[in-house]
Amino acid sequence: MEKTVNQKAWFLVLPVFLVVAFSAIIPLMTVVNYSLQDTFGNNQFFWNGVGWFKELLDPSTDLGGRFFASLWRNLFFSFVILAIEVPLGIVIALSMPRQGWQVAACLVILALPLLIPWNVVGTIWQIFGRPDIGLLGYALNSIGINYNYVSNEFDAWVTVIVMDVWHWTSLVALLCYAGLKSIPDAYYQAAQIDGASRWAVFTAIQLPKMNRVLLIAVLLRFMDSFMIYTEPFVVTGGGPGNSTTFISIELVKIALGQFDLGKAAAMSLVYNLIILIVCWVFYTVMTNAGAGRRVKEGAK
Amino acid sequence: MDSIAWMAWTLPTAIFFTMIALMLAIMTWLAIAYPEVERVGVLRIPTTRGDRLFVSLIVTAVVHLLWIGLIGTDTIATLPIGEEGIEISSLWLAPVISLGLAVVIFRTA
Repeated sequence: MEKTVNQKAWFLVLPVFLVVAFSAIIPLMTVVNYSLQDTFGNNQFFWNGVGWFKELLDPSTDLGGRFFASLWRNLFFSFVILAIEVPLGIVIALSMPRQGWQVAACLVILALPLLIPWNVVGTIWQIFGRPDIGLLGYALNSIGINYNYVSNEFDAWVTVIVMDVWHWTSLVALLCYAGLKSIPDAYYQAAQIDGASRWAVFTAIQLPKMNRVLLIAVLLRFMDSFMIYTEPFVVTGGGPGNSTTFISIELVKIALGQFDLGKAAAMSLVYNLIILIVCWVFYTVMTNAGAGRRVKEGAK
Repeated sequence: MDSIAWMAWTLPTAIFFTMIALMLAIMTWLAIAYPEVERVGVLRIPTTRGDRLFVSLIVTAVVHLLWIGLIGTDTIATLPIGEEGIEISSLWLAPVISLGLAVVIFRTA
C-alpha cells in the first residue's frame, strides 16, 4: 500500500515544540548568553568574550581548579557506584524466585527504595549515620569503629556510596530480572542436556541475553550519578571540606551562592556537552548492538 | 525589548543562534527535497545527514574548548583597519579546523 504524503501531521508536533522551547531551548539560550558576559546584578551585563571558558579550562585558576576537582570526583563516584551496583544487581536478579507469590513480594520490596524521593533518602541516611542518635552511626561507634561522616572524608564517601547503592541497586536488579524473564526455557533445557555448569549457563546464555538491559541500566545509573545533587547535599553538604562536592553541587554554589552567573553558565555548558557526548555514545552503541544482532540472526 | 532583557542578548550570540536556526531550516528543506539515506561510513555506524551534522557540531564544540584550554587565545595578527587595528585571536583557527573536520565527517562518516 502506498503511504499518503501528508505533511500537515507535523503541526501536531507544534504543542510539544512550544513546551520544549519554553522549558529548555529559551533557558539554554540564556545560559549561552550569560556564559560570555559578566554581571553584578540589576540585569546589567558586560561582555567578557571567552574569558570564563579560558578560566574554566585552566586548572591553575580558582574556577578551573574547582571544576576539574569536582569533575574527577564525580567520575570516580560514578565509576565506584557502577562497579558495585551492576554486579550486585545481577546477583540479586539471579537469586530472585521465578514463580509463586515470592515473586510479587520480592518485586515490592525491591521497588520500595526507588519510590522514596531523593531528599527523603538523604534525610534518612543523614539521621541513620549520626554517631549520637543514628542507628548505624551509634552501632558502628559502639563496636569500636570510629565512624563520623561529618568530620572524616573517607566516612563521608562510604556513606554517600552506600546510600546510592541502597537507593538504586534495585533498579539494576529489576531491569536484569526483566531481561532474565525474557529468556525462553528452551535455552536452559538445551544447556541441561549439554551438561553445562551453572557458570557456563550464566556466561553463555544469561549474560548475553541481558546485555541490552544492562546497557540501559549502566546508562541510567551513569547519567543519574553524574548529575547527583540532592542526596550528598542533604547528607554531607559537600563536606567535609570539599571532599564530596560533586559537579552539580559546585555548580549551584557558583551560580546561586556566589551569584557568578557567567562562570556558572560556562561550567554548565561544558557539563552539558560532556553529558550530551556520553548520551550519544551510549545511545548509538545501544541501538546498533540491537541492529547488529538482528542482522546476524537474519543471516542465519 | 524590556521583556527579554533578562535573557541578556548580545549581537554575537544572536548571530550564533540565527545560524543554528538557519542550519536547522536548511536541513529540514533538504530532508523534504532530497530524503535522507542511511549509510555506514568510517564510524562503522549507520548515519543520516542529520546524524553527521550532529556529530560535526559536537566535534566543533570540543575542538573550540580544547583550543581554549590547550592553546589559548593569543593574538596572531593585527588587521590594519582603523586607528588601533583589529586584533585576530588564534581562536579563529578553531572554526577553520572545525569546518575542515565537518567536511571530512560529511564525506566519510
